[in-house]
Amino acid sequence: MSVPAELRYTAEHEWVSIAGETATIGITDFAATSLGDVVYVSLPAVGATVGADDPCGEVESYKSVSELYCPVDGEVTEVNEELNDDPALINAEPYGLGWMFRVRLAPGAAEATGLLTAAEYEELITSAG
Amino acid sequence: MTSTVRDTPLRGVHERLGATMTDFAGWLMPLRYEGETAEHQAVRNSAALFDLSHMGEIAVTGPGAGAALDYAVVGWPSKLAVGGARYTMLCAPDGGILDDLIIYRQADERFLVVANAANTAVVLAELVDRCSADAVVTDETLDTGLISIQGPDAVGRLAALTDVPVDGMRYYSGAYGSVAGRPAWVARTGYTGEDGFEIFCANEDCEPIWDALAVDGLPAAGLAARDTLRLEAGMPLYGNELGPDLTPYEAGLGRVVRLDKPGDFVGRAALAARSAAGPQRVLIGLEVQSRRVPRHGYPVVAGPTPAEATQVGVVTSGGPSPSLGQPIAMAYVTPDAGDGPFYIDVRGRAEAASVTALPFYNRKKA
Repeated sequence: MSVPAELRYTAEHEWVSIAGETATIGITDFAATSLGDVVYVSLPAVGATVGADDPCGEVESYKSVSELYCPVDGEVTEVNEELNDDPALINAEPYGLGWMFRVRLAPGAAEATGLLTAAEYEELITSAG
Repeated sequence: MTSTVRDTPLRGVHERLGATMTDFAGWLMPLRYEGETAEHQAVRNSAALFDLSHMGEIAVTGPGAGAALDYAVVGWPSKLAVGGARYTMLCAPDGGILDDLIIYRQADERFLVVANAANTAVVLAELVDRCSADAVVTDETLDTGLISIQGPDAVGRLAALTDVPVDGMRYYSGAYGSVAGRPAWVARTGYTGEDGFEIFCANEDCEPIWDALAVDGLPAAGLAARDTLRLEAGMPLYGNELGPDLTPYEAGLGRVVRLDKPGDFVGRAALAARSAAGPQRVLIGLEVQSRRVPRHGYPVVAGPTPAEATQVGVVTSGGPSPSLGQPIAMAYVTPDAGDGPFYIDVRGRAEAASVTALPFYNRKKA
Protein backbone atom coordinates (compact mmCIF):
# COMPACT_ATOMS: atom_id res chain seq x y z
CA MET A 1 0.00 0.00 0.00
CA SER A 2 1.58 3.21 -1.15
CA VAL A 3 1.88 6.10 1.36
CA PRO A 4 4.11 8.81 -0.17
CA ALA A 5 6.29 10.43 2.47
CA GLU A 6 5.87 13.99 1.16
CA LEU A 7 2.08 14.08 1.63
CA ARG A 8 -0.10 14.70 4.69
CA TYR A 9 -3.08 12.51 5.57
CA THR A 10 -6.34 12.36 7.46
CA ALA A 11 -8.09 9.64 9.44
CA GLU A 12 -10.77 9.71 6.70
CA HIS A 13 -8.13 8.32 4.30
CA GLU A 14 -7.57 11.46 2.30
CA TRP A 15 -4.25 12.95 1.33
CA VAL A 16 -3.29 16.61 1.22
CA SER A 17 -0.42 18.21 -0.64
CA ILE A 18 0.26 21.76 0.43
CA ALA A 19 2.28 24.08 -1.83
CA GLY A 20 2.27 27.72 -0.77
CA GLU A 21 -1.37 28.79 -0.39
CA THR A 22 -2.77 25.83 -2.31
CA ALA A 23 -3.77 22.45 -1.00
CA THR A 24 -4.47 19.54 -3.36
CA ILE A 25 -6.70 16.79 -2.02
CA GLY A 26 -7.45 13.21 -2.97
CA ILE A 27 -8.11 9.82 -1.40
CA THR A 28 -5.35 7.42 -0.46
CA ASP A 29 -4.30 4.20 -2.11
CA PHE A 30 -5.66 2.40 0.97
CA ALA A 31 -9.06 4.10 0.54
CA ALA A 32 -9.21 3.39 -3.19
CA THR A 33 -8.27 -0.25 -2.66
CA SER A 34 -10.81 -0.65 0.13
CA LEU A 35 -13.61 0.88 -1.93
CA GLY A 36 -12.93 -1.05 -5.10
CA ASP A 37 -13.52 0.55 -8.48
CA VAL A 38 -14.78 4.10 -8.08
CA VAL A 39 -17.69 4.70 -10.46
CA TYR A 40 -18.56 8.30 -9.69
CA VAL A 41 -17.25 11.15 -7.63
CA SER A 42 -19.19 14.29 -6.82
CA LEU A 43 -16.87 17.19 -6.11
CA PRO A 44 -17.47 20.60 -4.52
CA ALA A 45 -18.16 23.57 -6.81
CA VAL A 46 -15.31 25.87 -7.72
CA GLY A 47 -15.63 28.93 -5.50
CA ALA A 48 -17.28 27.02 -2.67
CA THR A 49 -16.07 27.64 0.85
CA VAL A 50 -15.09 24.36 2.40
CA GLY A 51 -13.84 23.47 5.80
CA ALA A 52 -12.48 20.70 7.89
CA ASP A 53 -15.14 18.22 8.96
CA ASP A 54 -17.83 19.37 6.49
CA PRO A 55 -18.65 16.80 3.83
CA CYS A 56 -18.14 18.40 0.42
CA GLY A 57 -18.63 15.50 -1.97
CA GLU A 58 -19.26 11.80 -2.41
CA VAL A 59 -17.25 8.87 -3.69
CA GLU A 60 -19.36 6.06 -5.15
CA SER A 61 -17.98 2.59 -5.66
CA TYR A 62 -19.80 -0.61 -6.59
CA LYS A 63 -20.68 -1.58 -3.07
CA SER A 64 -20.62 1.65 -1.12
CA VAL A 65 -20.76 5.40 -1.05
CA SER A 66 -18.59 7.50 1.20
CA GLU A 67 -18.47 11.17 1.95
CA LEU A 68 -15.62 13.33 0.90
CA TYR A 69 -14.25 15.85 3.37
CA CYS A 70 -12.06 18.86 2.93
CA PRO A 71 -9.45 18.52 5.65
CA VAL A 72 -8.42 22.19 5.45
CA ASP A 73 -10.36 25.47 5.53
CA GLY A 74 -10.41 27.44 2.33
CA GLU A 75 -12.00 28.08 -1.04
CA VAL A 76 -12.17 25.58 -3.87
CA THR A 77 -10.16 26.85 -6.84
CA GLU A 78 -10.12 23.85 -9.13
CA VAL A 79 -11.66 20.39 -9.43
CA ASN A 80 -10.39 17.44 -11.44
CA GLU A 81 -12.85 17.38 -14.35
CA GLU A 82 -11.15 14.29 -15.78
CA LEU A 83 -12.76 12.23 -13.04
CA ASN A 84 -16.19 12.84 -14.57
CA ASP A 85 -15.30 10.74 -17.58
CA ASP A 86 -12.81 8.46 -15.93
CA PRO A 87 -13.37 7.93 -12.20
CA ALA A 88 -11.16 4.83 -12.46
CA LEU A 89 -8.19 7.24 -12.41
CA ILE A 90 -8.75 7.33 -8.65
CA ASN A 91 -7.95 3.61 -8.43
CA ALA A 92 -5.17 3.72 -10.99
CA GLU A 93 -3.33 6.78 -9.66
CA PRO A 94 -4.79 7.93 -6.35
CA TYR A 95 -1.89 10.36 -5.74
CA GLY A 96 -1.49 11.46 -9.35
CA LEU A 97 -4.15 11.77 -12.04
CA GLY A 98 -6.74 10.76 -9.47
CA TRP A 99 -6.42 14.01 -7.47
CA MET A 100 -9.82 15.48 -6.66
CA PHE A 101 -9.79 19.20 -5.91
CA ARG A 102 -7.64 22.19 -4.97
CA VAL A 103 -8.27 24.71 -2.25
CA ARG A 104 -6.81 28.15 -1.57
CA LEU A 105 -6.04 27.97 2.10
CA ALA A 106 -7.71 30.38 4.48
CA PRO A 107 -5.13 32.38 6.48
CA GLY A 108 -3.51 30.13 9.06
CA ALA A 109 -5.31 26.99 7.79
CA ALA A 110 -2.18 24.99 7.04
CA GLU A 111 -0.94 25.17 10.61
CA ALA A 112 -4.32 24.76 12.27
CA THR A 113 -5.27 21.34 10.94
CA GLY A 114 -4.14 18.22 12.73
CA LEU A 115 -2.98 16.41 9.61
CA LEU A 116 -1.10 13.14 9.91
CA THR A 117 2.39 12.50 8.64
CA ALA A 118 3.01 9.57 6.32
CA ALA A 119 4.41 7.55 9.23
CA GLU A 120 1.37 8.29 11.39
CA TYR A 121 -1.02 7.41 8.58
CA GLU A 122 0.84 4.19 7.83
CA GLU A 123 0.43 3.22 11.46
CA LEU A 124 -3.28 4.02 11.28
CA ILE A 125 -3.94 1.77 8.29
CA THR A 126 -1.72 -0.99 9.62
CA SER A 127 -3.70 -1.12 12.84
CA ALA A 128 -6.98 -0.87 10.87
CA GLY A 129 -6.00 -3.76 8.64
CA MET B 1 -15.85 -14.83 15.85
CA THR B 2 -13.99 -15.58 12.65
CA SER B 3 -13.95 -19.29 13.51
CA THR B 4 -17.59 -19.46 12.42
CA VAL B 5 -16.76 -18.30 8.88
CA ARG B 6 -16.15 -21.16 6.47
CA ASP B 7 -13.49 -21.30 3.80
CA THR B 8 -14.31 -22.63 0.35
CA PRO B 9 -11.95 -25.24 -1.13
CA LEU B 10 -10.50 -22.41 -3.25
CA ARG B 11 -9.37 -20.15 -0.39
CA GLY B 12 -5.73 -20.60 -1.36
CA VAL B 13 -6.44 -19.62 -4.95
CA HIS B 14 -8.16 -16.41 -3.88
CA GLU B 15 -5.25 -15.51 -1.64
CA ARG B 16 -2.82 -16.14 -4.47
CA LEU B 17 -4.87 -13.84 -6.68
CA GLY B 18 -4.93 -11.10 -4.04
CA ALA B 19 -8.71 -11.09 -3.73
CA THR B 20 -10.53 -8.79 -1.35
CA MET B 21 -12.50 -11.24 0.77
CA THR B 22 -15.78 -10.73 2.53
CA ASP B 23 -17.98 -12.68 4.92
CA PHE B 24 -21.03 -13.69 2.90
CA ALA B 25 -23.69 -15.88 4.52
CA GLY B 26 -21.09 -17.41 6.81
CA TRP B 27 -18.53 -18.06 4.08
CA LEU B 28 -15.33 -16.19 3.40
CA MET B 29 -15.86 -15.28 -0.25
CA PRO B 30 -13.98 -13.25 -2.86
CA LEU B 31 -15.69 -9.86 -3.26
CA ARG B 32 -13.38 -8.72 -6.06
CA TYR B 33 -9.97 -9.37 -7.51
CA GLU B 34 -8.52 -6.71 -9.83
CA GLY B 35 -11.62 -4.56 -9.99
CA GLU B 36 -15.36 -4.87 -10.53
CA THR B 37 -15.55 -3.15 -13.90
CA ALA B 38 -12.92 -5.34 -15.56
CA GLU B 39 -14.43 -8.49 -14.04
CA HIS B 40 -17.92 -7.53 -15.22
CA GLN B 41 -16.72 -6.71 -18.72
CA ALA B 42 -14.73 -9.94 -18.94
CA VAL B 43 -17.94 -11.91 -18.45
CA ARG B 44 -19.79 -9.79 -21.02
CA ASN B 45 -17.04 -9.87 -23.63
CA SER B 46 -14.99 -13.03 -23.06
CA ALA B 47 -15.25 -15.13 -19.89
CA ALA B 48 -14.40 -15.27 -16.19
CA LEU B 49 -14.35 -17.81 -13.38
CA PHE B 50 -16.38 -17.68 -10.19
CA ASP B 51 -16.04 -19.67 -6.98
CA LEU B 52 -19.60 -20.43 -5.88
CA SER B 53 -18.76 -23.15 -3.40
CA HIS B 54 -20.84 -21.40 -0.76
CA MET B 55 -24.06 -22.40 -2.55
CA GLY B 56 -26.07 -25.16 -0.91
CA GLU B 57 -26.29 -28.54 -2.62
CA ILE B 58 -29.01 -30.83 -1.33
CA ALA B 59 -29.64 -34.20 -2.95
CA VAL B 60 -33.12 -35.72 -3.00
CA THR B 61 -32.92 -39.37 -3.97
CA GLY B 62 -35.00 -42.52 -4.04
CA PRO B 63 -38.07 -43.82 -5.85
CA GLY B 64 -40.29 -41.10 -4.34
CA ALA B 65 -37.90 -38.20 -4.98
CA GLY B 66 -39.82 -36.66 -7.88
CA ALA B 67 -43.19 -36.82 -6.19
CA ALA B 68 -41.73 -35.50 -2.94
CA LEU B 69 -40.25 -32.47 -4.69
CA ASP B 70 -43.51 -31.84 -6.55
CA TYR B 71 -45.10 -31.41 -3.12
CA ALA B 72 -42.18 -29.47 -1.61
CA VAL B 73 -41.61 -26.79 -4.27
CA VAL B 74 -43.87 -24.72 -6.52
CA GLY B 75 -42.51 -26.22 -9.75
CA TRP B 76 -42.96 -29.64 -11.28
CA PRO B 77 -39.57 -31.39 -10.91
CA SER B 78 -40.90 -34.89 -11.64
CA LYS B 79 -41.56 -33.70 -15.21
CA LEU B 80 -37.86 -33.03 -15.78
CA ALA B 81 -36.08 -35.51 -18.01
CA VAL B 82 -32.78 -36.82 -16.72
CA GLY B 83 -30.26 -34.07 -17.47
CA GLY B 84 -32.87 -31.35 -17.24
CA ALA B 85 -32.74 -28.29 -14.97
CA ARG B 86 -35.39 -25.85 -13.79
CA TYR B 87 -35.49 -22.60 -11.84
CA THR B 88 -38.05 -22.90 -9.05
CA MET B 89 -38.96 -21.72 -5.57
CA LEU B 90 -39.63 -23.11 -2.13
CA CYS B 91 -42.59 -21.32 -0.58
CA ALA B 92 -44.17 -21.25 2.86
CA PRO B 93 -47.81 -22.35 3.31
CA ASP B 94 -48.80 -18.66 3.02
CA GLY B 95 -47.08 -18.43 -0.36
CA GLY B 96 -44.09 -16.42 0.91
CA ILE B 97 -40.79 -17.26 -0.77
CA LEU B 98 -38.34 -19.17 1.43
CA ASP B 99 -35.73 -19.52 -1.31
CA ASP B 100 -35.26 -19.64 -5.04
CA LEU B 101 -33.61 -22.78 -6.34
CA ILE B 102 -32.28 -24.57 -9.35
CA ILE B 103 -33.18 -28.24 -9.45
CA TYR B 104 -31.23 -30.60 -11.69
CA ARG B 105 -32.44 -34.11 -12.43
CA GLN B 106 -29.13 -35.97 -12.37
CA ALA B 107 -30.59 -39.48 -12.60
CA ASP B 108 -34.02 -41.09 -12.62
CA GLU B 109 -34.03 -41.19 -8.83
CA ARG B 110 -31.65 -38.34 -8.00
CA PHE B 111 -32.34 -34.60 -7.98
CA LEU B 112 -29.83 -31.93 -6.97
CA VAL B 113 -31.38 -28.89 -5.30
CA VAL B 114 -29.13 -25.82 -5.33
CA ALA B 115 -30.00 -23.27 -2.66
CA ASN B 116 -28.68 -19.85 -1.69
CA ALA B 117 -25.97 -20.07 0.95
CA ALA B 118 -27.95 -17.97 3.41
CA ASN B 119 -30.97 -20.26 3.04
CA THR B 120 -29.39 -23.70 2.83
CA ALA B 121 -30.31 -24.61 6.41
CA VAL B 122 -33.93 -23.54 5.92
CA VAL B 123 -34.23 -25.37 2.59
CA LEU B 124 -32.71 -28.50 4.08
CA ALA B 125 -35.07 -28.45 7.08
CA GLU B 126 -38.11 -27.85 4.88
CA LEU B 127 -37.18 -30.57 2.42
CA VAL B 128 -36.62 -33.07 5.22
CA ASP B 129 -39.98 -32.07 6.66
CA ARG B 130 -41.86 -32.10 3.36
CA CYS B 131 -40.38 -35.19 1.75
CA SER B 132 -42.05 -38.55 2.32
CA ALA B 133 -40.34 -41.72 3.51
CA ASP B 134 -39.42 -42.98 0.04
CA ALA B 135 -37.29 -39.93 -0.65
CA VAL B 136 -33.95 -39.34 1.07
CA VAL B 137 -32.72 -35.77 1.62
CA THR B 138 -28.96 -35.33 1.99
CA ASP B 139 -27.05 -32.09 2.51
CA GLU B 140 -23.95 -32.33 0.31
CA THR B 141 -22.96 -28.66 0.64
CA LEU B 142 -19.77 -29.17 2.60
CA ASP B 143 -18.56 -31.94 0.29
CA THR B 144 -19.31 -30.07 -2.93
CA GLY B 145 -17.38 -27.33 -4.66
CA LEU B 146 -18.92 -25.17 -7.38
CA ILE B 147 -16.97 -23.37 -10.07
CA SER B 148 -18.76 -21.28 -12.66
CA ILE B 149 -17.33 -20.17 -15.98
CA GLN B 150 -19.44 -17.47 -17.55
CA GLY B 151 -19.19 -15.48 -20.74
CA PRO B 152 -19.32 -15.98 -24.51
CA ASP B 153 -15.95 -17.76 -24.50
CA ALA B 154 -16.96 -20.18 -21.71
CA VAL B 155 -18.13 -22.95 -24.02
CA GLY B 156 -14.92 -23.00 -26.05
CA ARG B 157 -12.68 -22.90 -23.01
CA LEU B 158 -14.59 -25.66 -21.24
CA ALA B 159 -14.90 -27.85 -24.34
CA ALA B 160 -11.13 -28.17 -24.45
CA LEU B 161 -11.08 -29.67 -20.94
CA THR B 162 -14.13 -31.92 -20.72
CA ASP B 163 -15.62 -35.04 -22.24
CA VAL B 164 -19.11 -33.57 -21.75
CA PRO B 165 -20.43 -32.42 -25.15
CA VAL B 166 -20.86 -28.85 -23.92
CA ASP B 167 -21.04 -27.36 -27.39
CA GLY B 168 -24.43 -28.85 -28.12
CA MET B 169 -25.73 -28.76 -24.56
CA ARG B 170 -29.05 -26.99 -24.15
CA TYR B 171 -29.32 -24.02 -21.78
CA TYR B 172 -30.64 -25.29 -18.44
CA SER B 173 -29.41 -28.84 -18.72
CA GLY B 174 -26.50 -30.80 -17.28
CA ALA B 175 -24.51 -34.01 -17.54
CA TYR B 176 -21.99 -36.05 -15.60
CA GLY B 177 -18.51 -36.22 -17.05
CA SER B 178 -14.99 -35.18 -16.32
CA VAL B 179 -13.35 -31.76 -16.31
CA ALA B 180 -9.56 -31.71 -16.34
CA GLY B 181 -9.71 -35.41 -15.58
CA ARG B 182 -11.83 -34.96 -12.45
CA PRO B 183 -15.42 -36.18 -12.08
CA ALA B 184 -18.02 -33.43 -12.21
CA TRP B 185 -21.63 -32.51 -12.91
CA VAL B 186 -21.49 -29.91 -15.68
CA ALA B 187 -24.54 -27.72 -16.26
CA ARG B 188 -25.26 -24.92 -18.70
CA THR B 189 -26.64 -22.53 -16.09
CA GLY B 190 -25.58 -19.30 -14.49
CA TYR B 191 -26.55 -16.03 -12.89
CA THR B 192 -24.97 -13.47 -15.18
CA GLY B 193 -27.26 -13.15 -18.20
CA GLU B 194 -24.46 -14.62 -20.28
CA ASP B 195 -23.84 -18.09 -21.66
CA GLY B 196 -21.89 -20.20 -19.20
CA PHE B 197 -21.50 -23.36 -17.20
CA GLU B 198 -21.53 -24.44 -13.59
CA ILE B 199 -19.23 -27.27 -12.55
CA PHE B 200 -20.12 -29.18 -9.40
CA CYS B 201 -17.27 -31.31 -8.08
CA ALA B 202 -15.70 -32.76 -4.95
CA ASN B 203 -13.86 -30.26 -2.76
CA GLU B 204 -10.47 -31.77 -3.52
CA ASP B 205 -11.06 -31.46 -7.27
CA CYS B 206 -11.86 -27.75 -7.17
CA GLU B 207 -8.34 -26.42 -7.35
CA PRO B 208 -7.17 -28.69 -10.20
CA ILE B 209 -10.29 -27.81 -12.21
CA TRP B 210 -9.92 -24.10 -11.47
CA ASP B 211 -6.24 -24.13 -12.41
CA ALA B 212 -6.94 -25.99 -15.66
CA LEU B 213 -9.59 -23.42 -16.63
CA ALA B 214 -7.63 -20.38 -15.45
CA VAL B 215 -5.16 -20.32 -18.31
CA ASP B 216 -4.43 -17.83 -21.09
CA GLY B 217 -5.40 -14.85 -18.95
CA LEU B 218 -8.87 -16.05 -17.96
CA PRO B 219 -9.69 -13.77 -15.03
CA ALA B 220 -11.57 -14.54 -11.83
CA ALA B 221 -14.64 -12.53 -10.90
CA GLY B 222 -15.98 -11.90 -7.41
CA LEU B 223 -19.35 -11.47 -5.77
CA ALA B 224 -19.48 -7.74 -6.55
CA ALA B 225 -19.30 -8.37 -10.30
CA ARG B 226 -21.73 -11.27 -9.95
CA ASP B 227 -24.19 -8.81 -8.42
CA THR B 228 -23.98 -6.22 -11.21
CA LEU B 229 -24.13 -8.97 -13.84
CA ARG B 230 -27.32 -10.48 -12.40
CA LEU B 231 -28.81 -7.02 -11.85
CA GLU B 232 -28.30 -6.11 -15.53
CA ALA B 233 -29.85 -9.48 -16.42
CA GLY B 234 -32.89 -8.60 -14.29
CA MET B 235 -32.39 -11.68 -12.16
CA PRO B 236 -33.75 -11.54 -8.61
CA LEU B 237 -31.62 -11.93 -5.51
CA TYR B 238 -33.04 -13.52 -2.39
CA GLY B 239 -33.18 -10.93 0.37
CA ASN B 240 -33.61 -8.15 -2.19
CA GLU B 241 -36.32 -9.01 -4.72
CA LEU B 242 -37.40 -12.23 -2.99
CA GLY B 243 -38.35 -12.87 0.61
CA PRO B 244 -40.91 -14.41 2.93
CA ASP B 245 -43.25 -11.41 2.63
CA LEU B 246 -43.41 -11.76 -1.15
CA THR B 247 -44.83 -14.41 -3.46
CA PRO B 248 -43.44 -15.31 -6.89
CA TYR B 249 -46.21 -13.17 -8.44
CA GLU B 250 -44.83 -9.93 -6.98
CA ALA B 251 -41.42 -10.78 -8.43
CA GLY B 252 -42.99 -11.22 -11.86
CA LEU B 253 -42.15 -14.92 -11.66
CA GLY B 254 -45.65 -16.36 -11.40
CA ARG B 255 -44.76 -18.69 -14.27
CA VAL B 256 -42.65 -20.79 -11.88
CA VAL B 257 -45.79 -21.66 -9.87
CA ARG B 258 -47.27 -24.74 -11.51
CA LEU B 259 -50.88 -24.51 -10.39
CA ASP B 260 -51.57 -26.91 -13.27
CA LYS B 261 -49.66 -29.78 -11.67
CA PRO B 262 -51.70 -32.55 -10.07
CA GLY B 263 -51.87 -32.98 -6.32
CA ASP B 264 -51.30 -30.60 -3.46
CA PHE B 265 -48.09 -28.71 -2.80
CA VAL B 266 -46.98 -26.43 0.00
CA GLY B 267 -48.45 -22.98 -0.59
CA ARG B 268 -50.92 -24.03 -3.30
CA ALA B 269 -54.07 -22.47 -1.81
CA ALA B 270 -52.39 -19.17 -0.96
CA LEU B 271 -50.63 -18.96 -4.30
CA ALA B 272 -53.81 -19.76 -6.25
CA ALA B 273 -55.54 -16.94 -4.40
CA ARG B 274 -52.69 -14.52 -5.10
CA SER B 275 -52.65 -15.56 -8.74
CA ALA B 276 -56.35 -14.69 -9.00
CA ALA B 277 -56.15 -11.46 -7.00
CA GLY B 278 -53.02 -10.08 -8.66
CA PRO B 279 -49.77 -9.03 -7.05
CA GLN B 280 -49.66 -6.53 -4.20
CA ARG B 281 -46.47 -4.98 -5.53
CA VAL B 282 -44.86 -4.84 -8.95
CA LEU B 283 -41.18 -5.23 -9.70
CA ILE B 284 -39.91 -2.63 -12.16
CA GLY B 285 -36.58 -1.68 -13.69
CA LEU B 286 -35.35 1.90 -13.38
CA GLU B 287 -32.55 3.63 -15.21
CA VAL B 288 -31.21 6.63 -13.35
CA GLN B 289 -30.32 9.76 -15.26
CA SER B 290 -27.76 11.01 -12.78
CA ARG B 291 -24.62 9.10 -11.92
CA ARG B 292 -25.40 8.89 -8.25
CA VAL B 293 -26.01 5.23 -7.50
CA PRO B 294 -29.38 4.08 -6.14
CA ARG B 295 -28.96 1.39 -3.51
CA HIS B 296 -31.03 -1.19 -1.65
CA GLY B 297 -33.66 0.47 0.50
CA TYR B 298 -33.78 3.90 -1.15
CA PRO B 299 -37.33 5.27 -1.58
CA VAL B 300 -38.94 5.46 -5.02
CA VAL B 301 -41.24 8.45 -5.39
CA ALA B 302 -43.58 9.49 -8.19
CA GLY B 303 -45.19 12.78 -9.13
CA PRO B 304 -45.12 15.56 -11.71
CA THR B 305 -42.15 17.17 -9.95
CA PRO B 306 -39.83 15.94 -7.20
CA ALA B 307 -41.43 18.41 -4.79
CA GLU B 308 -44.92 16.98 -5.43
CA ALA B 309 -43.81 13.36 -5.44
CA THR B 310 -44.98 10.80 -2.93
CA GLN B 311 -43.40 7.47 -2.11
CA VAL B 312 -44.68 4.59 -4.24
CA GLY B 313 -42.01 1.99 -3.59
CA VAL B 314 -38.50 1.09 -2.63
CA VAL B 315 -35.30 0.06 -4.40
CA THR B 316 -34.53 -3.61 -3.89
CA SER B 317 -31.23 -3.71 -5.81
CA GLY B 318 -29.26 -0.91 -7.37
CA GLY B 319 -25.83 -0.37 -8.72
CA PRO B 320 -23.68 0.91 -11.51
CA SER B 321 -24.24 -0.78 -14.86
CA PRO B 322 -21.03 -1.13 -16.84
CA SER B 323 -23.02 -2.26 -19.88
CA LEU B 324 -25.45 0.65 -19.90
CA GLY B 325 -23.13 3.28 -18.47
CA GLN B 326 -25.83 4.57 -16.11
CA PRO B 327 -26.84 3.36 -12.66
CA ILE B 328 -29.77 0.96 -12.66
CA ALA B 329 -32.15 -0.36 -10.06
CA MET B 330 -34.93 -2.81 -9.52
CA ALA B 331 -37.72 -1.61 -7.26
CA TYR B 332 -41.04 -2.74 -5.90
CA VAL B 333 -43.79 -0.19 -6.47
CA THR B 334 -47.50 -0.28 -5.76
CA PRO B 335 -49.56 -1.67 -8.67
CA ASP B 336 -51.25 1.73 -9.14
CA ALA B 337 -47.96 3.66 -9.24
CA GLY B 338 -48.60 4.33 -12.94
CA ASP B 339 -45.95 5.41 -15.38
CA GLY B 340 -44.27 8.05 -13.25
CA PRO B 341 -42.37 10.22 -13.65
CA PHE B 342 -40.36 8.37 -11.05
CA TYR B 343 -37.53 9.62 -8.91
CA ILE B 344 -35.26 7.79 -6.55
CA ASP B 345 -34.42 9.52 -3.30
CA VAL B 346 -30.65 9.14 -3.34
CA ARG B 347 -29.63 10.30 0.11
CA GLY B 348 -31.96 13.26 0.24
CA ARG B 349 -31.87 14.33 -3.41
CA ALA B 350 -34.46 13.14 -5.92
CA GLU B 351 -32.79 11.70 -9.01
CA ALA B 352 -34.98 11.23 -12.09
CA ALA B 353 -35.37 7.60 -13.13
CA SER B 354 -37.06 6.16 -16.19
CA VAL B 355 -38.85 2.82 -16.26
CA THR B 356 -37.00 0.25 -18.35
CA ALA B 357 -38.23 -3.18 -19.37
CA LEU B 358 -36.40 -5.97 -17.58
CA PRO B 359 -33.85 -7.28 -18.24
CA PHE B 360 -31.64 -4.22 -18.66
CA TYR B 361 -29.21 -6.28 -20.69
CA ASN B 362 -29.80 -9.01 -23.27
CA ARG B 363 -26.89 -11.11 -24.31
CA LYS B 364 -25.59 -10.98 -27.82
CA LYS B 365 -26.74 -14.05 -29.68
CA ALA B 366 -23.91 -16.08 -31.16
